[in-house]
Amino acid sequence: MHRGKGMKFVGDSRVKMNDRMPNIPKDYSEYPGKTEAFWPDFLLKEWMVGAVFLIGYLLLTVAHPSPLEGPADPTNASYIPLPDWYFLQMYQLLKYAYASGPYNVIGAMVIPGLAFGSLALMPFLDRSPERRPSKRPLPTVFMLLTLCAIVYLTWESVHNTNWEKVHAQGEIKEPTPEIEFDENAEGFLILSGDQGKSCIACHGADLAGGGAAPALLGNELTAEEVAEVMKNGRGAMPGGQFAGTDEELQVVAEFIASLKAEE
Amino acid sequence: MLNKIYDWVDERLDITPIWRDIADHEVPEHVNPAHHFSAFVYCFGGLTFFITVIQILSGMFLTMYYVPDVENAWKSVYYLQNEVAFGEIVRGMHHWGASLVIVMMFLHTLRVFFTGSYKKPRELNWIVGVGIFAVMLGLGFTGYLLPWDMKALFATKVGIQIAASVPFIGELIKILLAGDATIIGAQTLTRFFAIHVFFLPAVLFALLAAHFIMIRRQGISGPL
Repeated sequence: MHRGKGMKFVGDSRVKMNDRMPNIPKDYSEYPGKTEAFWPDFLLKEWMVGAVFLIGYLLLTVAHPSPLEGPADPTNASYIPLPDWYFLQMYQLLKYAYASGPYNVIGAMVIPGLAFGSLALMPFLDRSPERRPSKRPLPTVFMLLTLCAIVYLTWESVHNTNWEKVHAQGEIKEPTPEIEFDENAEGFLILSGDQGKSCIACHGADLAGGGAAPALLGNELTAEEVAEVMKNGRGAMPGGQFAGTDEELQVVAEFIASLKAEE
Repeated sequence: MLNKIYDWVDERLDITPIWRDIADHEVPEHVNPAHHFSAFVYCFGGLTFFITVIQILSGMFLTMYYVPDVENAWKSVYYLQNEVAFGEIVRGMHHWGASLVIVMMFLHTLRVFFTGSYKKPRELNWIVGVGIFAVMLGLGFTGYLLPWDMKALFATKVGIQIAASVPFIGELIKILLAGDATIIGAQTLTRFFAIHVFFLPAVLFALLAAHFIMIRRQGISGPL
């Protein structure tokens, strides 16, 4: 580094003044062989690879909206937890007899710790100057075995998971709309009387539905449509369940049709 | 015009050495897919960085709507997913990017391993790379909880149980992560949010900077 007398600076800064060539890139003929200038030639190619990759990435995003399950409910004891897919192998490992329970330390710490630790210390474990995989058989074989183990454990975990159940258990449940109705309305009295016994059996005394039966509260049918469903059934519901007269049926249909969510 | 601006700045700040370090180097033939198609394996590292940039950008936009609070976290994600213009795309990119970055990073690790590129003099860069791998897994784990839906809560419960089974310091790790010895709740969510959005990205940036400075310093490893 040039020191001492004769140094000139830009203003009173510590940046040295120089008479360097202005910013003109090197001529390409100065690059020998098949090497290529990073800027701008190779970078352009990298961006083309990036663009192709981005298209695939966006197609994935558009084709598969990211999942969102129902809000967290810590009181749900029947939920089977699943980690993200890249942790499935560890999750599976912890299911084996000698990697769980009293041997949990082996599955949770020793095996992953050894794998990750030896990965981090690879340059010091494999000290030969050889770089070709065929000329350093031990590291190559160990890596391939580890790969097989990861693939096997992940596959085993995916195979043993009941995916239908997993998807069903997290579904977002539509909350039953809270609608207040007059419990002395004629339609409600008939419905909760003897004539409507089999209606209440499925749709519930509070009309909030249950099991396979949808809630009557917040339905989107007109009185005519409700009467039609009551007579002829719909989906899993058989027709002719209402035991009253046609007049009573009409009153009930109008009552049910009035149970609309407020706009 | 641009050259004049550059020269004006350069005279004052002497930026040409920086520019030379970043961009002015040659790319050897054996890593250039234009010459040997099999050299596409050298793209994995760059693609990992590309997805990382997308993760940072999409994550920044997600925090414009996301609320790290047990009452509102799920609602804010639901709103983001169903009501916000392009919210589904931004969240989708962040969600799938989290998986893709793991895939690409894994492929990059395998490329470096099988080409023996971690050997002298690149040992330190390999260790920093393994550190980046660990940080990325941590980001994946902490990000999984944030929507506060069923699978987030229960997967995190399992994860924290595993952390708690570490001998001697397990209980401390658990309390550090969950914010409480027994409850996984409001405190856990804010801690995971802070770790996901501030702590781990800070570590990630430092490691990435070290990774890239070392690559520029040492150049890419030679042909086999």
